Amino acid sequence: MNTLFTKLLAWVDERMPVTKAWNEHIGQYYAPKNFNFWYFFGSLAMVVLVIQLVSGIWLTMSYNPSAEGAFDSVEFIMRDVDYGWLIRYMHTTGASAFFIVIYLHMFRGLLYGSFQKPRELVWLIGMGIFLVLMAEAFMGYLLPWGQMSFWGAQVIISLFGAIPYVGEALTLWIRGDYNISGATLNRFFALHVIALPLILVGLVFLHIVALHKVGSNNPDGIEIKKLKDVNGKPLDGIPFHPYYSVKDMLGVVVFLIVFAIVMFFMPEMGGFFIEHPNFVPADPLKTPEHIAPVWYFTPYYSVLRAIPDKFLGVVGMGGAVAFLFVLPWLDRSSVRSIRYRGPYYKTALGLFVVSFIVLGYLGSQAPTPIKTLLARIFAAIYFLFFILMPIYTKFDKNKPVPERVT
Amino acid sequence: MAKRFLLALAGILFSGIVFAAGSGPTIDLGELTINSNDKASLQRGARTYMNYCSGCHSLEYMRYDRMAQDIGITNDDGTVAVDMLKANLMFTGDKAGDQIHIAMRPKDAATWFGVTPPDLSLEARARGNEWLYHYLKGFYADDKKPWGVNNAVFPDVAMPHVLVDLQGVQQPIYETHIVAVDGETQQTQQLVGLKLATPGQLTEAQYDELVTDLVNFLAYVGEPIKAERERVGVWVLLFLVLLGAFAYLLKREYWKDVH
Repeated sequence: MNTLFTKLLAWVDERMPVTKAWNEHIGQYYAPKNFNFWYFFGSLAMVVLVIQLVSGIWLTMSYNPSAEGAFDSVEFIMRDVDYGWLIRYMHTTGASAFFIVIYLHMFRGLLYGSFQKPRELVWLIGMGIFLVLMAEAFMGYLLPWGQMSFWGAQVIISLFGAIPYVGEALTLWIRGDYNISGATLNRFFALHVIALPLILVGLVFLHIVALHKVGSNNPDGIEIKKLKDVNGKPLDGIPFHPYYSVKDMLGVVVFLIVFAIVMFFMPEMGGFFIEHPNFVPADPLKTPEHIAPVWYFTPYYSVLRAIPDKFLGVVGMGGAVAFLFVLPWLDRSSVRSIRYRGPYYKTALGLFVVSFIVLGYLGSQAPTPIKTLLARIFAAIYFLFFILMPIYTKFDKNKPVPERVT
Repeated sequence: MAKRFLLALAGILFSGIVFAAGSGPTIDLGELTINSNDKASLQRGARTYMNYCSGCHSLEYMRYDRMAQDIGITNDDGTVAVDMLKANLMFTGDKAGDQIHIAMRPKDAATWFGVTPPDLSLEARARGNEWLYHYLKGFYADDKKPWGVNNAVFPDVAMPHVLVDLQGVQQPIYETHIVAVDGETQQTQQLVGLKLATPGQLTEAQYDELVTDLVNFLAYVGEPIKAERERVGVWVLLFLVLLGAFAYLLKREYWKDVH
């Protein structure tokens, strides 16, 4: 049996570099030995991607992508399809879990300077993944064809109308109709189940290829490749398999426990994961009292509303995401990790996190004068984090970085 | 760092909750406690629904036999007691496997009531159980309205008070406020409470119970799988905890030689 397997593997290896790929990316990929809690979220994002792909395939089997049938077919899945409820809750919980995991994964990058040279491309591809994920989530949210699906899409698509000259034509082109309709639903379905997932998987592949070229960063922000033993292996590195495969497995199980608690016992998550008005079928003639996007978009929605001019609001919302792209070139710090950064960056990052969360909260609420004022203050802090970054990172009082990881 | 960050996060989230606590219902219509495992309550709720609501409000996503199975209208061997179901809860010529339709045509309904009475399959999930409870207890006499009633939580609702024989007629209690508008004082009336003026067939406590059962039933109709999902969830969690224990031991074993 064993020799047969060895022979088969040799046969394949002559024709396709299976063993080589395994060693390069798993068996002999050396990762720093000091990964902490924050380093679970990369592998967890992969797990959630698989959950979404698999549950999505099964949902597609019973879902009806038409304005007449969409809402009914979702309830059909919830009630008449065997374990349809499980598949659907898996997908709705997975959507929110995806953003939780991705936001924490990105925050890890901010904590330990993972976007700095030579990992700019890893960061840029990751940001591409984030953008596609937002488009994927936005289009997927139209599919249940509830009130929030319809009116959320209505609000967001109308934003493109604020662009001078081409705005109106652009919204028409996106919708494929003068209003959100079955035509919009159908094209969003096509993009949601085929086009965007393909791009997503492709970008994830590139993200990992780029990462394995430069090697993983770590909580100390030290290059482990600098110090090697006699065999040329990094002194502070350990092979991904078996060390991190078994460690990540533990992380995955803990994550799945949290995931299962939400999915089985609180799938609506108090209206944050599944919004209550979405249990009412889409009605183009009846605007809901309060239109709020799902929680993962609320920080940007807050920025949009905080700016009085519609077009500038759209620019601001886009800018809130776009600034993240250029992070590697805004940061002038001589160190990577928060552990050795000075007080300026620590304060700035703290304020940034606070403003992100407060903006997120405000975006889920109906605007009042006080809340709009708060949104403006925190939107300003959000942008200042990026705009002032070249200055405060350059003059920060950093601490000396040790030779070896701690 | 992680700990401090989480602490700060908790602080912010807490301040968000304090923020949100500012607004609330203006009048007190009592608190709702329902038990989705109480089959007797669900059956009473179904009875009330079929007798008082199902003339106008369909439950398009609910099938009679599924309902009977879930709320315990079953034979000793666990199969649906079709005869019992038909005799007590089905007043149409439908088959047991049919959805709970209504006979009224949507167009006629719109002519008679001004709006088509909505399907209530998902009403509990869209509005919330508490809201339904308050709505069903919130009708009060108002001569200006076509049906002679208005509602405290759904002002100017087009629906008549179907349960008025049971509850009786409530009169509104207003508080007069004097406010300044453009330098002139104006009187506004604010609804602050409801008082039972003409008692119905039920006492107030009995009516509360009836409405509680009805809300319990509608909550069940909103998500019939809830009991099953929680039952499955417990087993899944037990499995995951067991798997987690092994994953932990495996990780500890491998990481012994990392220093």
